[in-house]
Amino acid sequence: MHARNRTIPIAASSTHNPALEYMTTKKDEFVGWARKFSLFPYPFVTACCAMEFMAVSSTPYDTDRFGAALPRFSPRQSDLLMVVGTVTHKQAPILRKVYEQMCEPKWVMAFGACATSGGFYQNYAAVAGIDRIVPVDVYVPGCPPRPETVIDAIMQLQDRIARQPHPIVTRDF
Amino acid sequence: MEPAVFADLRARLPAAAGAGVAHGVLVLTLGRDDVVATMRALKDDFAFDMLLDVTAVDWLPQTPRFEVVWHLYSTTHKARVRVKTRVDEADAAVDTLAPLYNAARYPERECHDMYGIRFRGNDDLRALLLYEGFVGHPLRRDYPKDGEQPLIPMRDPSRPA
Repeated sequence: MHARNRTIPIAASSTHNPALEYMTTKKDEFVGWARKFSLFPYPFVTACCAMEFMAVSSTPYDTDRFGAALPRFSPRQSDLLMVVGTVTHKQAPILRKVYEQMCEPKWVMAFGACATSGGFYQNYAAVAGIDRIVPVDVYVPGCPPRPETVIDAIMQLQDRIARQPHPIVTRDF
Repeated sequence: MEPAVFADLRARLPAAAGAGVAHGVLVLTLGRDDVVATMRALKDDFAFDMLLDVTAVDWLPQTPRFEVVWHLYSTTHKARVRVKTRVDEADAAVDTLAPLYNAARYPERECHDMYGIRFRGNDDLRALLLYEGFVGHPLRRDYPKDGEQPLIPMRDPSRPA
């Protein structure tokens, strides 16, 4: 096909349509913008909150809008640890090992009342909040949380990722 | 209506003479040493072929402190029997039912976990729901409610990542 028959111009004519020929931003914001739409969750699902996790993952709520729909079932390939449900003392070493296997940068979501604080469990078996095992970035209340609450938590996490400095941004970047 | 096998049991099984019915279940309260023989009779002579559960009740501060409870079901008669016996804290042990009902192995392990009842003859009473190194029996009434026994050092939740 001859070059002048192209329907989509590769170079915009700068005089008529100057939009998005260039933009200015900060390196941290640019990397953060890319990262916040590229969350790969690892679902650490232990209890009944899993039902609500499935609802969030389903089509009507469409977490793909936030780039956070594709779960990775290896912690080494994921950067968002979603702890969904009650964690017991018997499971605590497993959760810590999963967290330690994740590469930086990584974030943790405590999904539901039990992961946040132990919920209504106060006994010999349940851990009163997963922040006693791993550091938590965002807490989702609810027993179980509404899908909208989870989406709100994802958006709050996105804001945090967008605003935080990214270690890969160096002088040579 | 009461299952017909209950009248049969009361007439033919000495341990069941005068046994009452609670929630549709015939309740046999036995001495500790009569349990296995009675269970064998229930299984072989009255077709109670299914062991549903083995558990215990802590009646602190009563003595004897513990009550071990078995539930049986007959798929022939569609009827249930509960067998209970009391054991003291100092000698909290009963004979295992594993040779009679293979299904007794796991609930006996659980009961040993939770109440510290020993089942003589069950050679595998390792922790089932609890973990190795757990001290005490959490469903005993004198076990502290917040008696957590972490396997790893807990971090301070207020410390940032």
